[in-house]
Amino acid sequence: MKKGRYGPYGGQYAAETLMYALDELETAYRQAQSDPKFAAEYKRFLREYAGRPSLLYYAERLSNALGFTVLLKREDLNHTGAHKINNVLGQALLAVRMGKKRLIAETGAGQHGVATATAAAYLGLSCDVFMGQEDMRRQSLNVYRMELLGAQVHAVTDGTATLKDATSEALREWSRRVSDTFYVIGSVVGPHPYPEIVRNFQRVIGDEIRSETLERYNRLPTALIACVGGGSNAMGTFYPFIDDKGVRLIASEAAGRGMDTETHAASISGGTVGVFHGMKSIFLQDDEGQIAPVYSISAGLDYPGIGPEHAHLHDIGRAEYLPVTDDEAVDAFEYLSRIEGIIPAIESAHAVALLLKLKDQFKKDDLVVVTVSGRGDKDVEAIGQYRGRLKVGGMQSE
Amino acid sequence: MNNNPIDIRFQKLRADNKKAFIPFITAGDPSTNATYLIAKAMIENGADVIEFGVPYSDPSADGPVIMRADERALAAGTRLTDVFDVCRKVTTDYPDIPVLLLLYYNSVFVYGKDKFLSACKDNGISGLIIPDLPFEERDELEPTADRYGIYLISMVTPTSFDRIRTIVPEAKGFLYCVSTSGVTGERQTFETHFQEYMNSLNNYSDIPKCLGFGISTPEQKRAMEKCCDGIIVGSALVKQIESAVHDHLSETEIAEKLGAVVKTFTEDFIC
Repeated sequence: MKKGRYGPYGGQYAAETLMYALDELETAYRQAQSDPKFAAEYKRFLREYAGRPSLLYYAERLSNALGFTVLLKREDLNHTGAHKINNVLGQALLAVRMGKKRLIAETGAGQHGVATATAAAYLGLSCDVFMGQEDMRRQSLNVYRMELLGAQVHAVTDGTATLKDATSEALREWSRRVSDTFYVIGSVVGPHPYPEIVRNFQRVIGDEIRSETLERYNRLPTALIACVGGGSNAMGTFYPFIDDKGVRLIASEAAGRGMDTETHAASISGGTVGVFHGMKSIFLQDDEGQIAPVYSISAGLDYPGIGPEHAHLHDIGRAEYLPVTDDEAVDAFEYLSRIEGIIPAIESAHAVALLLKLKDQFKKDDLVVVTVSGRGDKDVEAIGQYRGRLKVGGMQSE
Repeated sequence: MNNNPIDIRFQKLRADNKKAFIPFITAGDPSTNATYLIAKAMIENGADVIEFGVPYSDPSADGPVIMRADERALAAGTRLTDVFDVCRKVTTDYPDIPVLLLLYYNSVFVYGKDKFLSACKDNGISGLIIPDLPFEERDELEPTADRYGIYLISMVTPTSFDRIRTIVPEAKGFLYCVSTSGVTGERQTFETHFQEYMNSLNNYSDIPKCLGFGISTPEQKRAMEKCCDGIIVGSALVKQIESAVHDHLSETEIAEKLGAVVKTFTEDFIC
């Protein structure tokens, strides 16, 4: 029996060097799952340290403008400013349980790296983060933030010097020091059991949405909208609703400069089935399986693949995956800032953009939840430059 | 019957009381013609089996030396048909020398399993080494490989622990014993206790066992081959190609240089 399959996707396409460590991880995780003390400790971390539950905020001005009820799941209000902390605290707790002293992580936008560095500081572990040099340039503030938290950030210069290369390098580092190192994967990707572990630590997002909409509105949402790169915040948002067939699950993929160009990162909209980073899923690649150099304005969505469970949800028609361009995301970034006073991460702005694009599909009584996966402070400078309002060194005079 | 060239080769080596020397180079680095000339030179200088790496965009089990080789090969426009062409030329010239491909599973999967294995057979390839197709996922490819008589070479590592009980008995051709944790690339020293490692493997099968990863000098090779049936050397050779490319040597000169390097590994050591 094959492990970790979602339809034909998932699996354990990992080097033999890592297989024992993956078995060890799965055994430890199964034990933790059946240990009420682990669950209690994780809940306490989320409550006392991450600040959960996060707000399910009724966006009144936005709702009035669109003509239906919009709720924002405020993952941006978590400690460290994104949903990434939910997963990292769970995995770090597992690392401690397994007696590992050192965390390693890959990061794109830097949010997962910051969350891992934070958890390492919180639990007294050492931390090394692998980050593409191009992303370090785009997110220099997060690099310093990780260093401030005591982590060592390693620049990855291979390939496109972005998230996929950072992930490959983290895999290499894990195989070098597999005995004392815990690899904290940041999304619902990689070899089994990672996609399952990350989804289970992120499902708190959807669980909270579910219980709170039932309590406040006595019903389930009409639709849930979230952005996907690897897909952890979307998987966490969707998972508790998979059996609720009446709830539409909609994900925005990063279409970069457009689906008619080669500069995008929309795996499902433009990809094919392949095997990469330990999993079978859908990837942007050529006809010989060479992984494509993808692009998005958002470093967190700039990944050539998607988690295997998403690929399966797409195949069976349970969730929809729609492209959102850089331009649409930047418009939504500005729109949400002005109409609600909430600056979303550029990743999350892809979800907001999809809400705006699909607005005519919803009716007055509908209840639509958008997951704001992270805060936008890290992106302000880059968006200012994108709009030509900022140059390095400050605001342009009018 | 065992008529895969790998079996025949190792039977002969055992009968002659010799160890296999298996050089690895990336196909297409720096050109497919250079790869052909280098392979010829390596065989003329004592290589027993040839391992060609299929260049890949994201070689996550490889260290920097082979990553750069893959980049050079891809930049030169190397496609799978070029790799198959080189294999056919080498196996036509040297039918007794088994040729293996080391590649990532995506290269097989996306090309099409049947089409890929059929091309392997047509071009004289005897086996595939696929680092990201562990025991758990092998049955996805093994029936197709069996149909074409191509061996999937099994790998074990010092961190396989009790996994060797399932992996080793199923191995075909030879067992690829990874010398140490980590990715490909040269090592100054090894933490692994090789005799114990090999003994633990010998308990489960008498299949030929070859050590690879990090072996970079003739001295290391001579010390380590005592406890196994053969030695695989990759990065140390690829590094020689890299410096030759850097020095603008011609394809013929690169092949001569690599032939000379291989000779230092294969010549009888005289005190």
